[in-house]
Amino acid sequence: MEQCTHCGDSCVNETVYHKEKAFCCNGCKTVYEILHDNDLSYYYELERTPGVSPREFEHKFDFLDNPSIAEKLLDFSDEHTNVVSFVIPAIHCSSCIWVLENLNKLQPAVQASQVNFPEKTIRITFRSDRLSLKDLVLLLSKIGYEPYISLEDSNKKDRVIDRSLIYKLGVAGFAFGNVMFLSFPEYFEVNEFWLDRFKPLFRWLMFAFSVPVVLYSAQDYFISAFKGLRSKILNIDVPIALGILVLFVRSTMEIVFNWGTGFFDSLTGLVFFLLVGKFFQQKTYNYLSFERDYRSYFPIAVTRLNNTSEEISEEQIEVYEIKKGDRILVRNNELLPVDGILIKGNALIDYSFVTGESEAVARKSGDKLYAGGKQQAGVLEVEVLKPVEQSYLTQLWSNEIFGKDHLSIFQSLTDSISKRFTIAILGIAFLSTFFWLLYDPYKAFNVFTAVLIVACPCAIALAAPFTLGNLLRIFGRMKFYVKEASVIEKIAAVDTVVFDKTGTLTSGSGHHIIYEGVALTPEETELLNSTLRASNHPLSRSLYEMLEVHNIRTLDAFEEQVGKGIEASVDKQLIRVGSYSFVSEGDTSEHLPITTANKTTVHISSNNLYKGCYIFQNHYREGLSEVLSSISEDKEVVILSGDNDGEREHLEHLLPKKTKMYFGKKPEDKLAFIKELQKQGKKVMMVGDGLNDAGALKQSNVGIAIAENVNVFSPACDAILDAGQFEKLTDFFRLSKTGIKIIKWSFVLSLIYNIVGLGFAVTGHLAPVVAAILMPLSSISIVIFTTVATRFHGDRLLKNNKS
Amino acid sequence: MSIIYVLVSISVIVALGFFIAFVVSVRKGQYDDTYTPSIRMLFEDEIVKDPNKDQPIETNDKH
Repeated sequence: MEQCTHCGDSCVNETVYHKEKAFCCNGCKTVYEILHDNDLSYYYELERTPGVSPREFEHKFDFLDNPSIAEKLLDFSDEHTNVVSFVIPAIHCSSCIWVLENLNKLQPAVQASQVNFPEKTIRITFRSDRLSLKDLVLLLSKIGYEPYISLEDSNKKDRVIDRSLIYKLGVAGFAFGNVMFLSFPEYFEVNEFWLDRFKPLFRWLMFAFSVPVVLYSAQDYFISAFKGLRSKILNIDVPIALGILVLFVRSTMEIVFNWGTGFFDSLTGLVFFLLVGKFFQQKTYNYLSFERDYRSYFPIAVTRLNNTSEEISEEQIEVYEIKKGDRILVRNNELLPVDGILIKGNALIDYSFVTGESEAVARKSGDKLYAGGKQQAGVLEVEVLKPVEQSYLTQLWSNEIFGKDHLSIFQSLTDSISKRFTIAILGIAFLSTFFWLLYDPYKAFNVFTAVLIVACPCAIALAAPFTLGNLLRIFGRMKFYVKEASVIEKIAAVDTVVFDKTGTLTSGSGHHIIYEGVALTPEETELLNSTLRASNHPLSRSLYEMLEVHNIRTLDAFEEQVGKGIEASVDKQLIRVGSYSFVSEGDTSEHLPITTANKTTVHISSNNLYKGCYIFQNHYREGLSEVLSSISEDKEVVILSGDNDGEREHLEHLLPKKTKMYFGKKPEDKLAFIKELQKQGKKVMMVGDGLNDAGALKQSNVGIAIAENVNVFSPACDAILDAGQFEKLTDFFRLSKTGIKIIKWSFVLSLIYNIVGLGFAVTGHLAPVVAAILMPLSSISIVIFTTVATRFHGDRLLKNNKS
Repeated sequence: MSIIYVLVSISVIVALGFFIAFVVSVRKGQYDDTYTPSIRMLFEDEIVKDPNKDQPIETNDKH
């Protein structure tokens, strides 16, 4: 089979030839032509088959004609120039960057376009008098780069990028370098006339450099320590803040009273290294959103029908402007943003988003429709019952767990160690001071501060961020994106894993279809194919894609009855496809009943004779039984599905014996179920995908969202797992546990340093040189140790996966 | 030997200059995307190398 020159897909349904090149569809061919005609064919030289097949988008972006909506999307606008940013999920390779940054060749009104590859965004500056926002979006869509515009974008102007950490890091690094430089002469303690003369200048300069480090760069540690103390927790920041404070006060006193040079180099170095660790932890992937709510799924606008006198006019309005009683139009494949009553049209609603139930349901006029459902066939007219804020789905978000910050009671390894550590250090400091007070009161103050300085747990504080930060990146490379480092510690502690079924265990695309009944004759198969081809129903389409297609014939008659099925005929041959009652109507012959309770089926009859049915089985992810059985070795595995239990038998066969299964759970039930497990003292990991799991994901100790497209669809969670990497789940568990072991070893290492340092301090021998050597040495060696160790284990895992 | 005061102040001023440049570059967003520019810089040569298609369109036209 040939591969499409543009998008690289196999040409399944049709092959279009153009200039001796094969394309899978006309869309791809058009994009190729556009790019070729505009001298942009270099696109295909950067990468092989870089494109993405463009989708249908007629009317989809009509809402951009409404100036108030367009206005909300713009970053900047004046008379002639507009600046707009879009998220474009299709950006995936260097060719994409190139063609998008050369947009001005396609459309001269575009003045500049800049891609941010990691965030998959593009920022376009264009002439507003020559190009409308809608045309710009259509142009992007036409070449396969359709922007993803959701309700979330409507208030994107408020978004501020927080760059304070990099400023803090810059200040600390700047001060560190200069202080080291200035304190160099004093390390050698030479009594030379000129050096002695300039000593005060150097010392006061060092002091000046250290002040912003303590007041600005280190402020997070003071704040966190203060908060910790107020809630009576001795977290790791308490000894750090204490160390910084003591370092600064003692150094200042030393230069004021001319005792010595102080420890400004250690002070600035310490803060710098700590911030590097923090930066390392934060940097990983801030482009993925882990805090999504319904706003990133909902459309920004809907079509309202205005019934003025006799004329009915359509108007595109913002979703927030919809009021109760409005009539709105929902087109094929559009998401319903409000609760409403169906007035007109054939509704076939896919609620998988909300309930997890994978099959679309048919509704007739007068029925109630809920927000979050996706229309699958034709146009609907809906009367609004509740505006967006009050719809059922939005209500789910007003659940208390989404409201507050969800402070977890989870205590990290570092915190639990630092508690004992702080108590021990304070004990040693007071005891040794007490001893020196009796023995040599002059040295007592020195010893007290020296103990606190040298014991400052910078190495301990660095162990966790560097180990976990490294693991974050290793996971990221394996397409498992973890929100923050502490989540890895939580993953290592998990003892119960709860899986959602639809979309999590089953892959989103494709079914496993089997046929039961009397075999169809070749003519009947041809007729069936021709019939299915004409139908828009999702099941028909899945079935059509699965069957091998030959000799499509033109139908003489075709009728589709919503919620029942299709009837079609060619040459007096009649075929019926659909539900059992519809198909078997008028069939007088005896036929074997096929047990199909709670299974998704498509029945067939030919010339009023019942033939059999196609049974749709969910298509489970590759390696599912292996993954689940290896997880169930030391953890409890639970399946929690919104679907009916039609697949129970199949699942029981597939999964380990101990697996508990629960079906027909609504979103609230899932949340409550997780809560119940936690009450029993279980550390629960929830693995889910849709909005229906959002509550459970948030409630669980670790919520993992499985996503086919990492950049667009993932509810609020702690980690996002690329659907293709599902089988590596056990490896992630294993690596998390290894990470914890590495941290523990780092603690042992830093403890050794601390004992050596304390030896100097307690005996009153801590000179600035000793501090200057020991403190950075301990920090750097910890960093090296954790980096090498995590690398080693990560690489080994990657290698195992390849072999 | 008071020249050392001058030298030290010059070195501090130079250091401050670099620091200010750093702050300005962060504020302008240079550190927001550290990946795309590394790819972008590879493009330009190739575009210049490929004018064999005799298209009359002037591409460097940015008003």
